[in-house]
Amino acid sequence: MMYLAKITIGLKEGMLDPEAMAISHALGNLGFATDDLRTKRLYLIRFDAADAREAEEKARGMCERLLANPVIHHFEIEVHR
Amino acid sequence: MRFAVIQFGGSNCDRDAHSVLSDICGVETDLLWYKEGLQRPYDAVIIPGGFSYGDYLRAGAIAARTPVMKDIMVHVREGRLVLGICNGAQILAESGLVPGVFTINAYPKFICRPVHLRVDQPASPFTSLYRKGEVIRIPIAHKEGRYVAPEPVIRDLEDSGRVAFRFCSPDGSLTPESNPNGAMHHITGILNPAGNVLAMMPHPERASEAILGSDDGKKVFLSMITHIEHSGTGKQKKWRKP
Repeated sequence: MMYLAKITIGLKEGMLDPEAMAISHALGNLGFATDDLRTKRLYLIRFDAADAREAEEKARGMCERLLANPVIHHFEIEVHR
Repeated sequence: MRFAVIQFGGSNCDRDAHSVLSDICGVETDLLWYKEGLQRPYDAVIIPGGFSYGDYLRAGAIAARTPVMKDIMVHVREGRLVLGICNGAQILAESGLVPGVFTINAYPKFICRPVHLRVDQPASPFTSLYRKGEVIRIPIAHKEGRYVAPEPVIRDLEDSGRVAFRFCSPDGSLTPESNPNGAMHHITGILNPAGNVLAMMPHPERASEAILGSDDGKKVFLSMITHIEHSGTGKQKKWRKP
């Protein structure tokens, strides 16, 4: 069965996000004041799995083994048919 | 004695490292395309700087998961030496051979300039020809070089004397302005627990000939050669925790 995993990878709470700071600064230059700005990366991955549970396990494996670095990242997984 | 320099797609300091080792230090050195793997035992492996896989995902993340890294893990388990420079250091951290991560500089800009480093651990196969506390000047060239690790890991690195190099001012003090990328504890060169792997962001191969401005980095390679000569096979024997 085909599943679509939406995987969002972000920096852990309290980690410095230099790109977000630069973007926030640039938005400020355009007149958009921001209180808080964070960057995240979204992956949309379609793959085969027996059921939703296996799909989620596979997506978790992808995060743990490649997509996220546990030192600095946390990840969220949503699985859809 | 034989060294190998691994070439990934996007490596760009491979020939510099090869030239320093073979032409300046006079060691037999093979340039190895990563897909070939380690076809024979080597005394030391260099993972050079560059932009393997275009720094996609995270710098070093994809190269760290190529099959040649399995060969390098075996090489490390056998006690032989591995030096990762810049992108090579990022690859070593991503592969778990050294703890922590080299991530985006605190000011997210590519920095390419000579910096001062303090040698904090001269009792390693990579630094034995330096004096403790010696200040050297060699270049950095990176955007993702800020060393980050959980506090317990940092404490362990400090307590076990595995910080080889730190960013410092010309007199060796650790001032905020002497830390170009915002690295935790100014750390920019770390050893694995066994002491046979060094990951460093600065480029010793770009500072190995006085005519190029500095030869302060040459002793990294000469220390490795000395270590291998003394241990016979390149296997780790003399490393001791300070």
